[in-house]
This record gives sequence, C-alpha cells and structure tokens, in this order.
Amino acid sequence: MNALYSLVLVFALVLLALFGVGSAHMVKLFGISLPMVAVAVFLVGFAYRMIKWAKSPVPFSIPTTGGQMKSLDFIHHNKFDNPVTPGQTFIRMVLEICCFRSLFRNTKVALKDGRVTYASSKWLWMFSLMFHYSFLLIVIRHMRLFFEPIPACIGWVEMLDGILQIGTPRMYMSDVLILVGVAFLLARRLWDAKLRYISLVTDYFPLLLIISIALSGIYMRFIAKVDIMAIKQLTMGLVTFHPVIPANVDVSFYVHIVLVCTLLIYFPFSKLMHAGGIFLSPTRNMPNNSRIKHHENPWNDPSIKPHSYEAYEDDFREPMIEAGLPVDKEA
Amino acid sequence: MADLPKADELFKSINYTPPSTGWMDTPADCSPGNWCYPAKAEKLEYLGFPNPRDWKPSDVDWKLPENWQDIVHQGFKERLGKYRSLKVFMDVCVRCGACADKCHFFIGSGDPKNMPVLRAELMRSVYRKDFTMAGKILSTLTGSRVMTEDVLKEWFIYFYQCTECRRCSLFCPYGIDTAEVTMMARELLHLCGVNINWILEPVSNCNRTGNHLGIQPHAFKDIVEFMVDDIEEITGKRLNVPINEKGHEVLFITPSGDVFADPGIYTFMGYLMLFDHIGLDYTLSTYASEGGNFGLFTSADMMKKLNGKMYAEAKRLGSKWILGGECGHMWRVINQYMDTMNGPANFLQVPKSPITGTVFHSATQTKMVHIAEFTADLMKHNKLTLDPSRNDHIRATFHDSCNPARAMGLLEEPRYIINNVVKNFFEMPEQTIREQTFCCAGGSGLNTDEIMEIRMRGGLPRGNALKSVQEEHDVNMMACICAIDRATLIPLSNYWAPGVDVCGVHELVGNALILDGEKERETDLRLNPLPGKEE
Repeated sequence: MNALYSLVLVFALVLLALFGVGSAHMVKLFGISLPMVAVAVFLVGFAYRMIKWAKSPVPFSIPTTGGQMKSLDFIHHNKFDNPVTPGQTFIRMVLEICCFRSLFRNTKVALKDGRVTYASSKWLWMFSLMFHYSFLLIVIRHMRLFFEPIPACIGWVEMLDGILQIGTPRMYMSDVLILVGVAFLLARRLWDAKLRYISLVTDYFPLLLIISIALSGIYMRFIAKVDIMAIKQLTMGLVTFHPVIPANVDVSFYVHIVLVCTLLIYFPFSKLMHAGGIFLSPTRNMPNNSRIKHHENPWNDPSIKPHSYEAYEDDFREPMIEAGLPVDKEA
Repeated sequence: MADLPKADELFKSINYTPPSTGWMDTPADCSPGNWCYPAKAEKLEYLGFPNPRDWKPSDVDWKLPENWQDIVHQGFKERLGKYRSLKVFMDVCVRCGACADKCHFFIGSGDPKNMPVLRAELMRSVYRKDFTMAGKILSTLTGSRVMTEDVLKEWFIYFYQCTECRRCSLFCPYGIDTAEVTMMARELLHLCGVNINWILEPVSNCNRTGNHLGIQPHAFKDIVEFMVDDIEEITGKRLNVPINEKGHEVLFITPSGDVFADPGIYTFMGYLMLFDHIGLDYTLSTYASEGGNFGLFTSADMMKKLNGKMYAEAKRLGSKWILGGECGHMWRVINQYMDTMNGPANFLQVPKSPITGTVFHSATQTKMVHIAEFTADLMKHNKLTLDPSRNDHIRATFHDSCNPARAMGLLEEPRYIINNVVKNFFEMPEQTIREQTFCCAGGSGLNTDEIMEIRMRGGLPRGNALKSVQEEHDVNMMACICAIDRATLIPLSNYWAPGVDVCGVHELVGNALILDGEKERETDLRLNPLPGKEE
C-alpha cells in the first residue's frame, strides 16, 4: 500500500510536468523558477540540518568498536575498527563512507534443522555500493552542463563511463548500474516480508523518484534524442543567473527537471539526509580513547555526588567495628 | 518458570513472517510473562524518582501522572538538545533492515518489534509527530503517530526487551546504536514513573550499601572470610585479604555478583589467589563494593552518582590506581563514561604493574585497569607459576561479553589468559564471537525470572553456538568476563546446551596457579576432584 502511494505520487509529478509544459505552457516556471528554488532549498536545507545536528553536544564518547582495542604491546591492535587516534578514526570513517564497511559485514539468519544459521550476505552492500557510485558518476557527468569550458576531469569520467562503446549514442555504464542497483533495493523492500513490514511511504518514494529520474534521462538520450546544446544554453543561463528558455527543448527535459527538483527539495527533509548524518554519527566518528584522554561533557553536573562514605559509615559504624573493619570515626 | 516450553518446542514456535496487521495497529502484549515486575514505590521514593505508586503492567490503568504526555514531550525535547546521538539516530535511519536479524531477541522470538529498526521506530514515530514539520502535517505518509497510552505501554514492553548489547550498531551503515535509543526511552519512561524493580532495587542498594545485593559491610567481610576458608581447604594456605584499609597501592573493585553468587565466587577466589601469588599491595572496599553500575539502566545522572564512589573511595583510601574485575557493563561505564562524568582523577597515578613494571598507557586518564589486561601482562612476563593440567577436566569455550567486546574491544586478553591456563580451548562459530558476540539476554537489568521465556528466546543464538561446540568438541565449560553473564548464562545453557557450566576467566587462573607453600591440590576451586585425583 505504501509502495502504491509512492508510485501514485511519482506519476502525479510526471503528469504535472507533462501538462504544465505541454498544455499550460509554464516553461518558465518549470525551466527557471523551480530549479532555482530547488537548488536553494537543497543547499539551505542541507546546511540547516547539519548545523542543527552539530548544535547538539556529544556528551559521552560512545564508539561501537569492531576489533581489538589498543592495549598491551604484545597484543595486536585493530587500528581501523577500534581507532584511538584522530588519524585512525579518519580512516575508519573513510572506509565507512567510501566502502560501506559495516554493510560489508552483513549476515543473514535462517532457521535450519533445529539450528540458527548465519550466512554471509553481501547483496545489500554490493547493490547499494553500485547504486551510490553510479549516482555519483551521473552527477559528475551532468556537471558538463554547468561549466564552460568543461573541465577535463568531467570528460574523463564521461569517457570511462562510456568505455564499453555500445550503441549510439554511447551507452553509459552508470545508467545501467543505477537502475540495477535501485531496482534491487526496491525489489528487496517489496519481497522481503520483514522489510515490507517496516517500509513507509517515505522509503518507497525516493526509490521510485530516482528510478523515474533515471528513466526520463535515458528516454531523453536514446529515444527523444533531445537537443543537448539547447539544454546547455538553459543550464548555463541558470548558473550565470541570466536565465533563458531556448526553443527546441523537448518536453521530456521538463519532466526530468521536475523530478530532479523534487528530489532536491525533498532531500533535506527526509531520510536522504543520511548522506550528511553519516559524518556525525558518534558511534563511528569518535576514537575509542576515553580511558586515555579526557572527553568533555558540556552539561556534566558537578553537583551530582555519590552517597558519601561518611553517610555510609554513619549507617553501618557499629557492625563495622564489631566485624573489625577499619572506620574513620570511632563511635 | 513452570510454563516454559521445552527447548525444541520453543524453537519450532519461532516464525519470521510478520503479522498481517501493520505494526502501528498491533498493540503490545501486556500479559504477565511479557514484562518485569514494576519498581516498588519505596525504592522510587528513596531514590527520588517521580511518581512512586503500586501498579501492574497488566492493568488497564497504569496510574500515570495527569500531564504525562507533556512530561514525555518536554523530556524528549531536552534530550534531543543534550545528545547528538539521539538527534542523528532519530533522523538518518533509512530502514535498510541490515540490523533486522542481528538482535538476539528477534532471532529467538520473530516478533518484528524486536528488530532494532522497528524498536527505534516505536520512538521515531513519536519524534516525527512532535518534532518534524512533515510528521506534523502528513502523519500516515511519514509514519508518525501521536503519543498515546498504548504507545507508552509498547515502549515499556519493548525497551525492556532490549539488553543494550549494541550488536545491531555494529552492522548499521550509520552506526545507529539502539542502546542509545533504549537508554533515552527508558529515561523518558522513568519521568512518568514507569520502570522495573530489578533495576531500581539494585540501584537503591548500590547507593546505600555499596553493592546491588545490599550486602552490608560486616556481611561482606564474612563472605570474604568464607572464601578464604575455602581457599585454605583447597590449597592449605590462608590468605590475608585487606578490606577498607588505607594506604595500599591498588584498590580492587569487582561486581558484587562475584562476591555473592555461585559461580562468581570461584572467580573471586581466583582474584584473591592471584593477588596473593604476586604479592600485590591491594585492598577491597565495602563502600565501593559494586563494579556493575545499574544506574546505566536508569539515567545518566544516576550512572554518574553510582560511578562516583570508585574515585571517591580511591581518594579516601589513598590508593595509587584502581584495578577492576570481570564485569560487562561496569567496563562499558568505565571505558565510555567514567572520566567524562567523574574525572579527571588527578589524585591517582597512571597505573603501573608493580610486578612487571608495565605502564598501562591504555588507562592513562581513567587510572583504572581491567584485570584481564593486568593478568595477561603478568603471564607475558612469566610472573605466574602455573599448572594448566589442573584444568584438564575442563574443555572450555569463551563467551565475549557484549560490553567489553563492543564498547572497548577487549578480545585478545581473555583468550591469551585462557590459552595459558587451559589446554582444551575451542572457539564458538565465527559469527557469534568477538565483536559479533551474542548477548546472554539478561543484560541491562533483565536477568529476572518473571520473563524467563523471553530470556530463553533471546538466549537462543548464544545457546545454539554453545551447543555446536558442545557437540563438536565436548565443551563443558563456558568462560566469560562478566558477572551478569555468570548469573544469566547458567539458566541459558541449562536450557539450550545442558551439561555446559559457566565460569569466570580468573576461576581458571585460580585453578592453575601454584601458590607459594601450598599443599598438593586434590580439588579445583569448586571442590570437584582434579583429574587423576578422583577416589
């Protein structure tokens, strides 16, 4: 049901763009105002969320460790799963953010022959890595629309991405991989009963939105064969704040841009902010060194004192003396 | 206990297919057996916790304060401002489900609300409604809901079916730590006077008598004397055990479970024999006679208050540094909270082993050393005279206690010790040890009998792994470095792997140690005949 709601939402967005541009001729709204607003909302919203998180203190040092701590000289220290220095912690974070290290550990539980079994399960790791890196490549490739002259590195990415040289125009690997990745994530959510049970509209919606963005992009490139120079004129106009609406821009472009803008606007208010939050997770971004170095809790309350020894002795002085235990104050 | 199903029946009853009703429409089961007994009013009064009263979770009316919704809302708001962890963990979950089958309570029950993701969603749904714009406007679409009495009851049931073991956190791509979420939810429940006696009574005991069992100082001394008697019977040697004495180099603090309960007492005897063997200048304390910090299961303030005794006593006694015994959450508190809350303890010195000269750089700030580090160092420097053959009747495996494993990374030291004192040592399957270790299902104050079925369900993964080494290698002893483990793993192994006993690592050390001038031993510390010494 939640998946269906999300699908309807995405269809509504596509229809909005189709009618908006095709029948209502609101090109300026969809081609200029919306992208401007979307980028602004994305940037301000992203920064706002990050600042809001960062404003809450980290009162305690609470890393979750994944290997041997640094202790005695003859015991091998697992530096990157149980870091003690900022450098080691940095590498742990790099591994987490670039390689999805924790997901790599994933196992799957099953009940077999009266036993609980654990099998390594790297599918989620593999497909999410595939999805995220394809997404990154696609974003980098799209940067050619926003630079004049186009920086060389964007050209390299594009060349590498199309290195298989299949078809004309050349097929990009990232286009295929992102669809495979997202399709897996969606299928997994729908098929795995446990996941379906926990999935909200807000879990399906971004997946379907990204699928439709990818599909509309592919449609533009291979089927509509849109006039790329006209589009670049439009995007350059946006970046230079001299917006123009060239002729010859296919309606499919507007569908694409409405979906992308929706994603940008939706991003800061949704779970997609995991992209920023991962940097701030206290269980991962802190070294496990609170026995070695002082960690400051800004709201630590020095007035909280233990039940004092004096009160304790007052309570038990007689029996203590009788038992021959030393006391500070004789009765 | 009586209606606990047989192990294989319980196993067959596990079903991972979620119910047909959505989780928000499935109320929590508040029937007896599903909850721990609520805290006695007198305990709350003594500790100053709000809303002391007599109530039962199976009643419809929980006698909540009139403005309880506001209390929860304000408490939630305050904690979002105080803890970045809570704020980030409420926001960034993508519900990828990587944690879903990592929780021992889920594996053993199949109850979807025991999936860490859904356990946290119980709280997130309220967070969204109260603190996010989208949640306020589009409630069903964003999965938000109003805090009602049913929701509060659900929190009580499920946040007391989480042992804060943090296994899910290890697998989460963002490190979302359900222990943090559970701690916050419990703090909010406390604000309304909803809590359990098995936590509050130990807290109140720890505060007044120094340990969770409420052992008074003279009784503590008696118990230690009993153990000294037993050691004399076994070794022919009478040990001197200083208690509350000033001017000793080391203050030794261990969980009181080691002093009181079988089999912890054998571990305690192991400590005493070790200290005698190396001639350590130490003292015990009756005032700080509890390492385990039950305050951790109530609130940050209470945790600080109880923990404060360790430094206070070290200062009063004029010790140079503190040595800590085998305990799980005690070490979580020492490693992650102690110095932050009650430090810096500049009146102490950086711990240095008086026997080997090793400086424990890993404890530079807290000045507190784990006994496994201490003993491993002694062994490395060949300072102990050992006869491992005295443990030949033992075929051991090692249970990594969750807290030292996932909050510290204390993995190799206990193994190093065991390998020095036991010839037959076998590891349980890879996915159930070290940082992937499974909880005893009685941690965080849940080792109480009224939820025995829940505990046995949660104990399935550990029990199963144990059974596999029992069948493969004839393992008959599971060593561990946590006092709660020593209490909770016994019913667990009786249920899932009957025939396997539980011990602390230093019990095995005590068996193997050859004390100066001791007589030839006939029995181990449990007074069982040694191999070759049977009648």
